[in-house]
Amino acid sequence: MAFDIGLALLVLGVGAWTVAARDTFAAVVGFVAYGLLLALIWVRLAAPDVALTEAALGSGLTGGLLVGASTRLRRAETRAVDERQPATLRLAAAVLCALVSAGVAAIVLLLPEPAPTLAPQAMVNMAATGLGNPVTAVLMAYRAIDTLLETVVLLLALVGIWSLAPDRVWGGVPGPRHQAEPDGLLTFIAQLLVPVGILVGIHIFWIGSVAPGGEFQGATILAAMWILAMMAGLADAPAVSRRWLRLMLVAGPAVFLTIGLTGFAVAGSFLACPESHAKLLILIIEVPVTLSIAATLALLVAGPPERARGR
Amino acid sequence: MSAALNGLTILAVCAGAFFFLAGTVGLLRFPDTLSRLHALTKADNLGLGLVVLGLLFQAEGLLAALKLISVWLLALLAGATVTQLIAHTARPSGPQA
Repeated sequence: MAFDIGLALLVLGVGAWTVAARDTFAAVVGFVAYGLLLALIWVRLAAPDVALTEAALGSGLTGGLLVGASTRLRRAETRAVDERQPATLRLAAAVLCALVSAGVAAIVLLLPEPAPTLAPQAMVNMAATGLGNPVTAVLMAYRAIDTLLETVVLLLALVGIWSLAPDRVWGGVPGPRHQAEPDGLLTFIAQLLVPVGILVGIHIFWIGSVAPGGEFQGATILAAMWILAMMAGLADAPAVSRRWLRLMLVAGPAVFLTIGLTGFAVAGSFLACPESHAKLLILIIEVPVTLSIAATLALLVAGPPERARGR
Repeated sequence: MSAALNGLTILAVCAGAFFFLAGTVGLLRFPDTLSRLHALTKADNLGLGLVVLGLLFQAEGLLAALKLISVWLLALLAGATVTQLIAHTARPSGPQA
């Protein structure tokens, strides 16, 4: 109990510090620490699936994206810091934030005791999905449409980033070219860690059907390994107009949609599947979805194209 | 037997916690980046190592023990690399020298 209260206070403190930090980079570091503390809270709430996602995606990958953004913003930052927003605007923002927080708090506090839950139904019907992890059953069977939309949203985010590229490098290679140093530290860690990381990523994805884990968490680890290899200069980022890359990015959502649409023919509704083949179909969806998410996340971090193709 | 194992766990985890505490104090109190990194690596390497050692006495089976050890080894690898990279950038002569 004391530990949980301490943890909650720590999260609030880090959150307040992150908001108050004047320096963008410091705020990003605060955000990453905040995410890791949140992951700890999810573990305390006996939700290891959410904790894994928070640590990998919410803290790790988003942290990486924000570090990249803060580095790009550094040149413009001194001007932004000097520029003070009018008091009315700041007051309005504060009031809006306070209202949202109060609303969330009211929802949580006004829940009937015990809180309404669908957990028993989820457990009862889990056998039909052929899965052993109720969280994965929710994500891949009961609420498959949410997962489908998430993969599409990620793709849209990537299109948004790519569209920031200037015309002359359109369809080019994201990020600067990293030179590999044969005896360099990054080369060493990339050669040692990437094979291990790929194995861990596949394991986390695979174990998701029976234990905490799953495609998003596994894909984040795979993406991180690709980013590491790119940063160490062992593998240059591919030009974003490459056909194999485009295919890899859309394979997951495309397979997901196709199987979803065949649901109309074989089981009578979108994303429905006959019970006898549920596990197999889920696996057929999950493999390309994991690959697509991994590629999308890695390219999100790599950023918009900066060099023309073939240079 | 289990009391002895519990005792060993408590001893090792407490020793680990001590190194984390010392590392944190060092991070807050040491005057420059390189010394602060030095303090941090003690928390990562020894602190986590001792905590893992303590948990090994409670591990259920060989696989769980191996997982705990791999967590420590991966943290060692990542910690040592990141520390080197930060030190390389932070030293007074700059990253190129």
